[in-house]
Amino acid sequence: MSMNVLVDEPGKKILLLGNMAIVRGALESGVQFASTFPGTPASEIGDTFSAIAKDAGIYFEYSVNEKVAFEAAAGAAFSGLRSVVSFKHFGLNVASDSVFPVAYVGVEGGMLVVIADDPSGWSSAQSEQDSRLYAKIAHMPMLEPTNSQECIEFVKFAFDLSEKFKIPVFIRLTTRVSHTRTLVTLGKINKGERKGKFVKDLEKYNNLPPKIIQSHEDIVKKVEDIRKVSENSELNFIVNGDVKSDLGIITSGVSFNYVIDSMAELGVKLPVLKLGITYPLPEKKVKNFIKRFKTLMIVEELEPFLEKEVQALAKDTNPKLKLLGKGTGGVEKYFPTGGEYTTDTVLKSLAKATNKKLKFDYEAHLKRFDKLNIIKRFPVFCPGCPHRATFYAVKKAAGEDTVFGGDIGCYILGIFPPFEIQDFVLSMGAGMGVTHGIKKAGMETGTKQKVIAFVGDGTFFHAGIPPLINMVYNKSNVLVIVLDNRITAMTGHQPNPDTGITGMGEPAEEIKIEDIAKACGVKYVKVVDPFNIKEMESTVKEFLAKDDVSVIVAKRKCYLLESRERRRKGIEMPQFEITKPLTEECKDCLKKYSCPAVYQDEKGKLQIDETICMSCGSCAQLCEPGTIKPKKKE
Amino acid sequence: MSKTKKFVENVKEFNLVAIGVGGQGILTLAGIVAEAALKQGYDVKMSELHGLAQRGGSIPCQVRFGDKIYSSLVRTGGADLIIAMEPIEALRSAKYASPKKTVLIMDTHQIPPVSVTSLGKKYPKISDIKKELKGFFKEIIEVNATEIAKKETGKSVTSNIYILGLASVRGVLPIKREILLEAIKENVPPKYFDLNKKMFELAK
Repeated sequence: MSMNVLVDEPGKKILLLGNMAIVRGALESGVQFASTFPGTPASEIGDTFSAIAKDAGIYFEYSVNEKVAFEAAAGAAFSGLRSVVSFKHFGLNVASDSVFPVAYVGVEGGMLVVIADDPSGWSSAQSEQDSRLYAKIAHMPMLEPTNSQECIEFVKFAFDLSEKFKIPVFIRLTTRVSHTRTLVTLGKINKGERKGKFVKDLEKYNNLPPKIIQSHEDIVKKVEDIRKVSENSELNFIVNGDVKSDLGIITSGVSFNYVIDSMAELGVKLPVLKLGITYPLPEKKVKNFIKRFKTLMIVEELEPFLEKEVQALAKDTNPKLKLLGKGTGGVEKYFPTGGEYTTDTVLKSLAKATNKKLKFDYEAHLKRFDKLNIIKRFPVFCPGCPHRATFYAVKKAAGEDTVFGGDIGCYILGIFPPFEIQDFVLSMGAGMGVTHGIKKAGMETGTKQKVIAFVGDGTFFHAGIPPLINMVYNKSNVLVIVLDNRITAMTGHQPNPDTGITGMGEPAEEIKIEDIAKACGVKYVKVVDPFNIKEMESTVKEFLAKDDVSVIVAKRKCYLLESRERRRKGIEMPQFEITKPLTEECKDCLKKYSCPAVYQDEKGKLQIDETICMSCGSCAQLCEPGTIKPKKKE
Repeated sequence: MSKTKKFVENVKEFNLVAIGVGGQGILTLAGIVAEAALKQGYDVKMSELHGLAQRGGSIPCQVRFGDKIYSSLVRTGGADLIIAMEPIEALRSAKYASPKKTVLIMDTHQIPPVSVTSLGKKYPKISDIKKELKGFFKEIIEVNATEIAKKETGKSVTSNIYILGLASVRGVLPIKREILLEAIKENVPPKYFDLNKKMFELAK
């Protein structure tokens, strides 16, 4: 599907995922440089760039983290190229340290920062962040497309805006924009032909005080100039503008769709102001719109961002205006702050506001639905996953009182039963940073709790090296276990410096985590194959007894990749089977290993499902030798 | 044999929920329906989830098509057709079902979640599941598509296409057969097309 974005037939209609439409918009704008650190729901932006970069004649990289990705794109924009950097909302937190100064000094080539927020946390466990709030503190324009066609159009508009005002521009997506395929009409691909060259200009790039005060004043003025563009832009438009009504609606992003569908369902037509540019807000347009209503409903997911702005504007334009929104500071509560909206959410609130009866009895239906016995389906480690073996061994080797610091990656699934081997998961690299604090708190006050930090290979490169150096230098005593599956797996198998391939698909020298650990001054470093469960157990015990920081690199390639490679090479693996009757204890042990391929048949006998088993053979080590073994070829 | 009226003309709006477990080809199935709907001249929106869901979790995909479609999300009680590739997932999908209009096609092949395989929970009896589902749907079509796919092709992966064929032949999906087949051709690897075509046409 990635190659769809390269179809150069202007006028052709195709279905395109929102994330891919961002790439298409960039290609139609002459983009020459793209970077990312993978994070769902933004992942397919980078993956699509990676798939097409060579054919499209542009540069793309998976950077080691979002800050570096942002800086790389800024460097390209300083050198005059059009660049785009993309990441999920939390990535913006990582990058923010460089975002603010780059906004101050400005860019030469157009630069876009594409952020995918994740209301309801479908792929995110840190917070339900609303990245629109960054627009204000960074003084950067913020655009919010609603569908894939708008993704293309907004990207084109944003590049021009960025270049005209020499400022990077935010495009904010949400999961339901990123991960929805909608119809687009393709425009013309414009191949960027610029030569990247940095022109020295200290007047522009030197931001040291007192210049910083002037830069701050300048960017505030720049935002006011951009506001004039926002006032006249077609990206902010009114639907049903000629309808006479006491009730109006202001909305943005994907919520617009829910508003239109809800009105159709209820058979009402109301004036709707749809904002594509949510910062800087077209204040005159908003004031003009709101002055004729008695009541105004604001439909936006997450924080009351527009709500607060509109409330302030209404004070002098229409002081009696009743506001229906998130229920903050005098606004009536019609919507929650937490969780994504759906048509259901908006439909119910709009029915209440218009005194209409719903055609479907939601309450009765949901009451009945909630009574159903639906077993939860926790996500599990894939059959053949090396993390399963690592967690199994560590859980056996470490005592009950050991603290397990978790981190972000596939191994986050260790938080679920049956392993429950992550006591907290905060942000990229935080497992190491926080376990250090926990260990120190115990060391300084005489308690003896053992502490293990888990981190994946991608996360180690992203944010694991500073906390490792910090632990060593400050004489901590944490066992760090790097779950090194040779790739950034959770977000869709993007390469990292451990993988030996770049975002352009070119081979590169692998950077070994064990070498970095040693260079950071760690005395006890060992590489262990997770499928050697006995060795993993004994190494964990040995290292937990040390008085210094230690590192185990649990190294084995993600089994999805391994099996894909085997299939390509035509290598057949033996099927495994359970050959002897198992004791209750053995059965329990095998069940706790929670491989999806092992199931209990009607007679209570454990079996291996041949269609699911990946032939890793790791389960064979759990039982008496010879109990589980490869089937003989018939 | 089917109680449901066969679709002959384009519909104003159609809401499909396809649900199953990671690895069952739900995304492929929904993608084929979306591309086929486009070919037939409908406006289309398809919502999918990536990431965590691939790891043995529950995968819900939604496709809406018709004259003009805004939201990609099917409303509570708003589905016209639900394809559930697993019985527990069929229960989960009942949220989108209405006894007035919703048809369910359910693969009866069970994929027990980890709470059953490792934590001692009992997988509900299939007869109980059916009893519970009954009040939520207008019509329920059961089939062990996984079993059929294994028997016919040696692998379970084509069960999604078999079910698509079934939806088509029973007239519960308002898209022409030849257009669906064309979309299958464009969305499965060329070397597997014949196999998928066979499964699509096998469903009666």
